[in-house]
Amino acid sequence: MRENLHRFFRAARGAGVRVSPAESIDAMRAVSAVGFSDRAVLRDTFLLTLAKTQDEKRALGDCFDLFFSAPEPQQDSAEQSRQDDQGEQGGNPSADAHGDNSGGADDENVGPLAQMLLSQDRTAISAAIANASGAASLSDIRYFTQRGIFQTRILDAMGIQRLRDDIDNLTASNPALAERLQDALSGLRGTVRDAVSQALLLYGREEAENLRNEILRNAPLARIEPRQVEQMRVLIRQIARRLRERYSKPRKRQRRGHLDVRRTLRRNAAWGGIPFLTAWKRKHRDRPKIVALCDVSGSVARVSDFFLLLIHSLHEVVDDVRSFAFSGHLIEVSRILESKSPEEAMKEIMSKVGFGSSDYGNSFADFEDGWMNTITPQTTVIVLGDARSNNLDPRADILRRIGERSKRLVWLNPEGRMVWGFGDSEMPRYATFCSVVRQCATAQQLERAVSDIVATYQ
Amino acid sequence: MPVAGQTSLVLCPQREQNRSEFRVNSELILVADTRPTASIEAVESGLAAQGYIASRQIATAVYLSQQIEKPILVEGPAGVGKTELAKAIAAWRGMKMIRLQCYEGLDEAKALYEWKYAKQLLYTQILKDKLGEVLGGAQTLHAALDQLHTFGDVFFSKEFVEPRPLLQALEQPAGCVLLIDEIDKSDAEFESLLLEILSDFQVTIPELGTVAAVAPPTVILTSNSERDLGDALKRRCLHLHIGFPEQRLEERIVESRVPGISQTLRKQMVGFIHEIRTLDLKKLPSVSEAIDWARVLVLLEANELNHELVKDTLNVLLKYEADIEAAMPQVSSFIAKASRQGVFS
Repeated sequence: MRENLHRFFRAARGAGVRVSPAESIDAMRAVSAVGFSDRAVLRDTFLLTLAKTQDEKRALGDCFDLFFSAPEPQQDSAEQSRQDDQGEQGGNPSADAHGDNSGGADDENVGPLAQMLLSQDRTAISAAIANASGAASLSDIRYFTQRGIFQTRILDAMGIQRLRDDIDNLTASNPALAERLQDALSGLRGTVRDAVSQALLLYGREEAENLRNEILRNAPLARIEPRQVEQMRVLIRQIARRLRERYSKPRKRQRRGHLDVRRTLRRNAAWGGIPFLTAWKRKHRDRPKIVALCDVSGSVARVSDFFLLLIHSLHEVVDDVRSFAFSGHLIEVSRILESKSPEEAMKEIMSKVGFGSSDYGNSFADFEDGWMNTITPQTTVIVLGDARSNNLDPRADILRRIGERSKRLVWLNPEGRMVWGFGDSEMPRYATFCSVVRQCATAQQLERAVSDIVATYQ
Repeated sequence: MPVAGQTSLVLCPQREQNRSEFRVNSELILVADTRPTASIEAVESGLAAQGYIASRQIATAVYLSQQIEKPILVEGPAGVGKTELAKAIAAWRGMKMIRLQCYEGLDEAKALYEWKYAKQLLYTQILKDKLGEVLGGAQTLHAALDQLHTFGDVFFSKEFVEPRPLLQALEQPAGCVLLIDEIDKSDAEFESLLLEILSDFQVTIPELGTVAAVAPPTVILTSNSERDLGDALKRRCLHLHIGFPEQRLEERIVESRVPGISQTLRKQMVGFIHEIRTLDLKKLPSVSEAIDWARVLVLLEANELNHELVKDTLNVLLKYEADIEAAMPQVSSFIAKASRQGVFS
């Protein structure tokens, strides 16, 4: 049973529930307190000890239902395997009994698997599958490509070779029986296939998800398919969470040398104000202030979409974000992004400024007229765009002024470095005024870029 | 009510015995089953005797926290009976309840212990003469200091510690229920302070050493999920989420809290509240509002819901003007739905 529990913990991890060793020990203790008889209580016990959020509870509940409905690790498999063992060791007498039940095969000398199939002893068969899956270490299955291998291994472990021999022998002597066995064999294959698929669902999910995320992280944002957009959003949220965890630690550092008189007096009130304990002034590190200018025209739009989503889910890390979107002209979009869901916000922004041909010069001029004073020496300005200004005046002089006013000016360009400066790209001209210029086409590059920006404030 | 507590206590040793017997027979799987279920039911009925109708999951959590000595972290929307659960457990077991209300800026001195500065000062003043007497024999400063050392830390002993809720909870000889309310309102630093108590039931006071619990308290933490709690804290607790109860359960809760209400009205109002919860509101009505509303309806001597009555009393149920406005157009259809349910069930 302990083996089964361990498998369940592994399956739970596959379902996205973070089960630490300590929690699994707790769960073990809890299970030993409540026993196995009542499935509902057992389920509640796991939900209480392992899952620590609403989402995890839902995932774990599903996982529990799947796991304990599985043909493979049944609750009472130990009992069954005992029966099974008896059946195999008992040899002839029990075989005869089975034979009698099925009515016909008593005089045939066939292997245990054939007997089992003929007697249609379902519990014995599922127990045998469970045993064989254990022997083939089915719980190590990770990818769907492994299904065939595991199926073969399990069938081998169950003694399919002997069964085939039996069928071969019987075709000559008892064709009817041979045909029944053949049918039963294909049925068995089906059952094993189901067991393997279920195991893949249980144990392979995490691995498959990691693989998919890895691919997604390195896919160019501008060209992902519509059905992947939702997955991408999830991924971006994960990235945001990671950045939050890394950078939201309190940024208080003690600064020795400056006595904080007020706090020292208060702390030492008990000793009549004689300063036994000293308190020193602390310095609060600034949190990043970000002004983001995003091109939302054409192919850059999608990258801007994800970038804005990321920036706006960093509340704990970033003090103040002002976002602006532009193609032909520029508007502020912070309010829209704060108040609406990402999908709706993007739709609204697009309807306001999207789909025009981009005019960087005009948009920068808009910014200088309306919002230049939002930039302080603590601000990082991020411009996201391909710098393709349709041969209009690039107004690099405004960008220079922005760069002078701000702490840093970062340009993120979704295009590859190769094509910067080709055609109508004004990138080289803009680049001279930027503190950092980097390519930013995939989720991974996006994460690095934002991470670097936040890190400069630490 | 102490009867229920006793039975569960009596059951435990029996269970232990059974288990060891079974292990000899190597039938571990069949072990110990009917008894835990029975004791979970005992928890349920024990809490029910205190007027707290617990779902099976809540009862399981309470039972488990006792068995494996773990705190329970209760999360859920406001007003579903998180705090009430702790009170009910305390009343059922006949134990004292110690409550620590968390808020931003709560620190060690308010939660754990504090030195009684004034008392220390006063005592040094009073004992001044005595000190002079004792130290009078010493010729040199060095000798006086030596003599002082022999007294030990008189002014940093237990008598001068002002125990705050957490320390009080550890010092209860008969055990107690420690309720740490709205832990999500406190700072992240305070969470770390709790870790030692939650995992080992002990605290460390630098001047005194480690104080271990006389009897491990039953710890209940509640949270409204205003911020995410740390993994370290969550790991140490059983995590219980109390959501809005099912209709049947809520009816039982209302029945136990507001005995005067008629059955039809109860069915109707609970049905109505469940309909309201399907709306997209700022603050959904929870169990406490349901109970308040039931009381109001009883006071108004209502026999069944009707449009006028609901319209006049909706402000008991909904706490925002915008919510009331959103719900108002639906009232009639909800009442109709709720009373139709009453006919069929």
